[in-house]
Order: sequence, then structure tokens, then C-alpha cells
Amino acid sequence: MEAFSTHTGIGVPLRRSNIDTDQIIPAKFLKRVTRTGFEDALFYRWRTNDEFVLNDPDFAQGSVLVAGPDFGTGSSREHAVWALKDYGFRVVLSSRFGDIFRGNSGKEGLLAAQLEQDDIELIWKILENHPGTPITVDLNEKTVTCDSITVSFQIDDYTRWRLLEGFDDISLTLAKEADIAEFETKRPGFKPTTLPAKV
Amino acid sequence: MPRTLAEKVWADHVVSLGEDGAPDLIYIDLHLVHEVTSPQAFDGLRLAGRPVRRPDLTIATEDHNTPTWDIDKPIAEPTSRTQIETLRKNTEEFGIRLHSLGDADQGIVHVVGPQLGLTQPGTTVVCGDSHTSTHGAFGALALGIGTSEVEHVLATQTLSLKAFKTMSITVDGDLPEGSSAKDIILAIIAKIGTGGGQGYVLEYRGSAIRQLSMEARMTICNMSIEAGARAGMVAPDETTFEYVKGRPHAPEGEDWDAAVEYWKTLYTDEDATFDREVVLKAEDIEPFVTWGTNPGQGLPLSASVPSPDDFADENDKASAANALAYMGLTPGTPLREIEVDTVFLGSCTNSRIEDLRAAAEVVQGRKKAENVRFMVVPGSAKVRLQAEAEGLDAIFKDFGGEWRFAGCSMCLGMNPDQLADGERCASTSNRNFEGRQGKGGRTHLVSPLVAAATAVRGTLSSPGDVKDLPRDAAPAPWPEERATLPLTPTPTSANA
Repeated sequence: MEAFSTHTGIGVPLRRSNIDTDQIIPAKFLKRVTRTGFEDALFYRWRTNDEFVLNDPDFAQGSVLVAGPDFGTGSSREHAVWALKDYGFRVVLSSRFGDIFRGNSGKEGLLAAQLEQDDIELIWKILENHPGTPITVDLNEKTVTCDSITVSFQIDDYTRWRLLEGFDDISLTLAKEADIAEFETKRPGFKPTTLPAKV
Repeated sequence: MPRTLAEKVWADHVVSLGEDGAPDLIYIDLHLVHEVTSPQAFDGLRLAGRPVRRPDLTIATEDHNTPTWDIDKPIAEPTSRTQIETLRKNTEEFGIRLHSLGDADQGIVHVVGPQLGLTQPGTTVVCGDSHTSTHGAFGALALGIGTSEVEHVLATQTLSLKAFKTMSITVDGDLPEGSSAKDIILAIIAKIGTGGGQGYVLEYRGSAIRQLSMEARMTICNMSIEAGARAGMVAPDETTFEYVKGRPHAPEGEDWDAAVEYWKTLYTDEDATFDREVVLKAEDIEPFVTWGTNPGQGLPLSASVPSPDDFADENDKASAANALAYMGLTPGTPLREIEVDTVFLGSCTNSRIEDLRAAAEVVQGRKKAENVRFMVVPGSAKVRLQAEAEGLDAIFKDFGGEWRFAGCSMCLGMNPDQLADGERCASTSNRNFEGRQGKGGRTHLVSPLVAAATAVRGTLSSPGDVKDLPRDAAPAPWPEERATLPLTPTPTSANA
């Protein structure tokens, strides 16, 4: 995974709450069997509307998405994270995230940074009054800076550490292979297996 | 120290405890796989040269893309076909058992697991699908995961997880006639909101939950994710043991006795505390429907479409205004007067045999409203066969409904089963998101009972609304030859 420490990029105000992963990427794009190439699918239905924020040239090159509460709820599709990254987003700011989306982001090097809703409102106003304003997100300091304001964000320490180091989760776990093998010797015999069962 | 059910199951699966704020490593007893969220995970294994650690704890089925007509023919849509074929290749290469289209155990992954007896109390269950919460009905800790985590479980049979907070949701009393498990969970989500469960494992408790069958408990746990929760659980009891017993993968003999002895320890200790407690009275739970575009935007059927001004919070106000515009609804319209074009009975929420029986009981001897399309999609091939053995297929066909093959179908429209632009649907599925069932499609989430009554009247209805209607309709002619029916009965351009 690509390491993340600080990022500066154009902020994109997305004034909507409850942006579920079906809105981030509709199911029809989930038929692809690759892990990249989803940039065209991001917010697919909304992008057909000229008024949509990413259709505004001031925001089209944005890389820090500033969204309403409950971003990434619903379906577990990691394609939502891939689509955001493929489009060019490195950070999503919101006051509440869907749990699975937040977890998926952490695995893929997309920073899901949790801010107070009041701070989101302040940033929205700056971005709407001055389109193209850059936002700097510092993962070391856990701060977001937009124009004259700097606010702190929340992220759990472990995800922060993994993002800063760019560590791959599977390698970290396989270092504990002996513990896993030991645990397996103690599993009760009545636990089910998927091997062909009696008819 | 007294512990909750979730804490007990968690503790029994800790491979190693995380230090300094690191997550615990949790062992996974059962990994369910389907075609949509797995191809990139298998690719990852191949790239790293890693095997699947426990193919014997992994099982796959085809469900999201599978057609519900003409399952004996090649899948027409090339990308759907490729995804299914990719699963077939991957499961063969990595030695994972697969229930393919045409297999009696094929079907929606969350219907198949319990049906095979693989979902058992006190197990940890994961799947690259958010509705994995379904399996919590057995007292399992069941989590929906993303594709990176699917790869992690394939490679290690574990997940790195941070401990969750716990929330009790107590529902006491008796449900009114015409209400069911679906109405309970829709009422819960309306109460705590789509973000109310974030970070929590929910435990459903109380006399109303105890009275429910396993299938009804699955309906409730299934939609825990719609309240934002990581999982939902019900403590196992005799109802649970009875359901599991005798299923193909259920323990037998001494193993059964040992298993039941363990399962009986899986309850929340009397002095245990939850991080949050929510209480509902079953008597108050009327048949529920959603009017908006997230599952928290629901009301009792007797209510009217709300106005954005009814909401105090600015975000809720804006969300309601967006939802009403998308749904094409006017504030003040009684919900009962909303006409629908399609009724969809299916999905991992409500496609089990009891759901089909409940709906069949409402429509038996009646005729569907003329302009309504009524689709019945059983959750698995087994459910379909059982329904046919009970004559339910004939009841649905006589009513004027379409009797389909098993799969996820119109819940998310990855196969040809989609709503057309502007088409309105009463759906027993779990998500009323914009475009979920087809671009521009409008979804009202309902129970199987409400779905059936709605198909009778053509407007959102409860069983009480149709109970005095006669049951003397002559059976409708039903073509013996399936080939005489169009592949998809109404235009579905949404996939273009």
C-alpha cells in the first residue's frame, strides 16, 4: 500500500448527507473483475447532471472530498474506494462514515478523516465562496488546513500508523502465523466445515 | 466479569490480543464467497503466491449476477458472464467448493449458509457483502467485509478487528396482526437512524424477538447494516437449535451434544452492560413502509408523506427534499394512496420459505391489480423447490405473478431484473437508495405481507386492507412453455 503522510489538493464541497456506496458507484460497474479503472464510474448518476460539483471546472481536479454526515453507508463494495482513488481523491472528510467504507479506505490508502460537522460547514463555506481553495491534510499532526482555518480530525491510531508506514495488512498478519496455527489446534471438533456433507 | 453475547463470541475467537491500541486478531469460522467482491481478492493471492489457508472453511455461490429466467442458457450479458466464469475458475484453482447456477444449493449467499447448516451459534462468519449481518440471527458474530479483507481472510483465515461497542435493542410484547419482523427492523432503523448503529454490534432482545422464527430473526439481523451497525445478533435458544438440527452440515451425535452445551452458554449475562440501550414496544409497530431514499426514511403505513419542514436538522431537511424530488412524492399524500408499478418479493432479507408462505396466504384465490407486475424470486434453488412442493408457485402464478429462479435479482439489479426510469416498486429488499433497483427506479421497502397486499390493491396496502376482498378469482392461464414469455416483462433500459 502507498504510504500517506501529508496531502495538499483542491477541496470539493459535496453538500449531501447519507451518501451510500450505491451513489459512489452503481452496481452495474461492479461486474468488472479488475481493481483499477473505475474513475468513470464515480458518482456516475450524479455526474450526468451539469450542476453536479465535479462538473464544475473549478472542482474537477479536486483530491480532497468534503462530504456530509454518513458518507459511505450501505453496501460493502470496496469498488467505492477504488473509484474515489482512481478519480484522484486521496482524502475524504466527513463527520460520520459507514464502518465498512472506513475500513476499506484504510486498506487502500485513502484517508477517511472524521471532523466535527461544524468544521465541515466552515470548510464548505470557504470552498463555495472561493472555489479552487486547496486543503492540506497532515496525518502526522491529524490536522486539516483550509485557507485561514486549521482543525483537527479523528482517526484510530492503528490505521494512522499503517497509512503512515504504508504497511500491507496481510503481511502483518502472516507474521503471526504460529499463533494462528496454535489457535487452530484448539478449535472444538463440532465446528462446521464446508467439505461435502452427508446428503 | 459479566459479558454480553457479542463479547463472549469475540473472546472465543481471539488468536492474539492487540497491544498498544492495535486490533485483535480474530479467527473466522466460515467465509462465504460470491462472484462480485472476490475476483480482485483471488488476483491478489495469485500475485503474492499465497494459497487459501482453509478452503474447508470457505464456500462459494453465484447469486448477484445470475439470471432468474432461462438459467439453462448461457448468461446473455457478457460482463455478468465473465464475472461468474471468473468465480468458477478461481474456486477451482484454489480448491473452494462452489454452488453454481443449476445446483440445488445455489442461491443468495445469506440464504444458502443457514440452509446448509453452516451458520451455527457462536461462530464467526464473514462475507464480502454487507448483509452478512443476517447470520447473527443464530448468535454468530457475522460481519460484512470489503475485498481487501476478503483477501486477508482467504490468506490467513483471520481478520484484524477493533472491539466494537454494544447496543441492546429490546422489543417486548406482541406484534399487531399484519405486522412482521420486517416492520420491527424498519421501525428500529427509523428510530435510531442510518448512522445510529455505527461502531456497534446490536443485540436484539425481548419477548417479541424470542417469539420469532429463525427466518424472521434473519430478516431483522439482515438489516442491522441499514442502521449502520457492524453486526446484529440474537442469542440462540431452542428455536435456533431446532432449526440447525439435521441440516447437512449440522453436528451429529456426540458433536451435537457438545455443540448444544456450548451454544447454551451464549447469552448476555444478567449483570452485563451495553454501551447503549434502545427499547421498542411491539404493540406500537404497525406495518411500515419507506417513503424516501434511505432506509431510515420510513413511516407507519397509516401516515402521510412528510414535508421537509417536518425535520428540525438542516441535513435531514435537505435529505428529505432530495428524497421527495427523486421519489416523485408530494408531502401530505397518504402513503396508502401511492400507486406502484412493480412488487418485488425476494432478496436476502425476505426470500425464504416463510416469506413466500406469508405472501401466498394473502394472494391466494385473488387476482393482482391489473397494472402491477408481481415478481417472486426465491432466495435459493432449495427454497424454490420447497415452495413448488407446497404448491406456492401455483398460487403466485394464478394470482398473475412471475415465478422466477433464485438470486439477488431486483434487490440491486446486477442481472436483467431492473426497474425502468421512474418505475415505482414495493420491494421486500433492504435498500431504497437512488437507482438501486435500476436507474431512476423508485423503491418503497415493505414486508412480504405488505408486498402481497400491495400487489392485490395496486397501492401500498397492509393485509388488513385486503382481508374483506373475495378469494374467488378463477386461476389465470399460465403458459406452460416458459419460452413464450418475454425475457424481461417490462422495458429495462437502465443497464444501457
